[in-house]
Amino acid sequence: MAALSKTQRRKRRLGIVGDVYAILIYTVLYIPVAVMMVFSFNDQKYNFYWNGFTTEWYGKLLENDALIGSLWYSLIIAVLATVISVVIGTLGALGLKRYEFKGKRFINSMLYVPIIVPEIVLAVALLIIFMNIGLSLGLGSILVGHCTFCIPYAVVTIKGRISGDGYELEEASMDLGANRIQTFLRVTLPSMVPGIMSAAFLSFTLSIDDVVMSNMLSGARNSTLPVLILSMNRTGVTPDVNALTTIMILVIVAAMLLSNGVKALLRRREKAAAR
Amino acid sequence: MSRQRLKNGASELQAINRRRDIHRKTIPALAQAGPVSVWMVLFVTIPMLYIIYVSFMSRGVFGDVVYEFSLESYQTLLDSTYFKVIVKSLQVALFTTVACLLLGYPFAYYIARKPPEVASRLIMLIMIPFWTNSLMRLNSWLLLFQTSGPVNTFLQWAGITSEPITFIYTDPLVMLGLVTNMLPFAVLPLYSTIEKLQNSLLEASSDLGANPRQTFFRITLPLTFPGIFSAVILVFIPSLGIYTVSDMLGGGKVLYIGNIIKNQFGAIRNWPLGAALSVLLLVITGLLIFVYTRFAKLEDMEVV
Repeated sequence: MAALSKTQRRKRRLGIVGDVYAILIYTVLYIPVAVMMVFSFNDQKYNFYWNGFTTEWYGKLLENDALIGSLWYSLIIAVLATVISVVIGTLGALGLKRYEFKGKRFINSMLYVPIIVPEIVLAVALLIIFMNIGLSLGLGSILVGHCTFCIPYAVVTIKGRISGDGYELEEASMDLGANRIQTFLRVTLPSMVPGIMSAAFLSFTLSIDDVVMSNMLSGARNSTLPVLILSMNRTGVTPDVNALTTIMILVIVAAMLLSNGVKALLRRREKAAAR
Repeated sequence: MSRQRLKNGASELQAINRRRDIHRKTIPALAQAGPVSVWMVLFVTIPMLYIIYVSFMSRGVFGDVVYEFSLESYQTLLDSTYFKVIVKSLQVALFTTVACLLLGYPFAYYIARKPPEVASRLIMLIMIPFWTNSLMRLNSWLLLFQTSGPVNTFLQWAGITSEPITFIYTDPLVMLGLVTNMLPFAVLPLYSTIEKLQNSLLEASSDLGANPRQTFFRITLPLTFPGIFSAVILVFIPSLGIYTVSDMLGGGKVLYIGNIIKNQFGAIRNWPLGAALSVLLLVITGLLIFVYTRFAKLEDMEVV
């Protein structure tokens, strides 16, 4: 009896130590985000030290043409990269999961190259190729670069969610007279929606936050938001950038919560329908 | 005779069926796996081979690439200036990896022992900060550790120092940035292997008289080794090549391999040297992956 309570006490003590440790780690992870938000209210032209509270940066943000321009540029690239990567990734995940063909192992291992190899290596390799074929750097080159690392993540994410042998439904659909394209659009694709959604979210966040690829492959004219921030680093980042990135993270979190809510709602409805 | 004909007929039918089968499968296989295969070959295989090729070329007087075989770039890597950078980068990446493992393992363990629905919330809570612009998160460390920033103000107020300490543009601050940026890449693979660990094994171990420490070192640690090695790969390799952290927090004073590569393709213009450094990173990556595939499948690595 006494021994049991001793181990119980030990367990509880360990539990408290664990809680404290976890809170500490979370604090360290959230400090940079909190500081970023706080300094968006800093009443100073450059963020060097705290100088008083103001909300004017949220208004002045819209007057900063370079900043807004780079945000648009980033958004356009992220949306295009997401669409391209999700289309190629969805098809690729199906193809690599369901068919045997020569070179499949090779393509599978190539997919891991952009995921594992340091990004700078891939960026530089693409840069050399683009320069040699005389492609001018800009939106196109950045887009190719982003897709090159988004496609593998999309394939891996979607492939992981395709059920092992989902042929029965498709065969049933074809037996009932649907042709291959109808079957793909009405049976195969809908079953993959959760995987595709995750892949799209991942591609978008990877693209919009990318620095290395964009920095190496962007021409002299336009720069994405992260590249602009990197170039501001020497002079000091201005508080309007803090304001913009604060708005961005709030939008992303809100979108995430909304999609989780929708997913939960759908699941509940499905359950109710099953009953 | 008729039996022979029947046989022939059967095999002919088989051949037709096989041909039809191949035909029926070739088009969808091509439509599905084709685009991804073409993309990977065009934008991964060819560039990778080409960068290896360029690394064996030499640099022209005007920073152009002279297409003649030479080992010049690799010899330059052994020059003390570059060699020091390589060694320092390896040290920093190693430090980051060890720190992420030591900090991340107990954290992942803590999360994995929670009920599944709590655990998935806790994992989500790790991800959220990482959707914030990574450079702005780094900039925050800069703001905190400025000469006139909150940390220095506090240290002086508390009487720990009388003069402000220079944190910014130093290696330790870059390492802090690296560890905080890389931590999730260690926690996620660790979490997924610890989570799969069966409770019954741990109970059996303690029933058989092992104390918690023995159970940890003899059961838990060996069984979660694949996760540990995934974490090593996902932290060590990116920290070896990253240049944004050292750019943001090092202010151009802290140089790692990534910065040197970037500079070869910018102002300095020595592509073969940059290519040779890239090949060095490729070789290190390849070695680690080779070791990894000795005891685990690449497909099982939790990369997302």
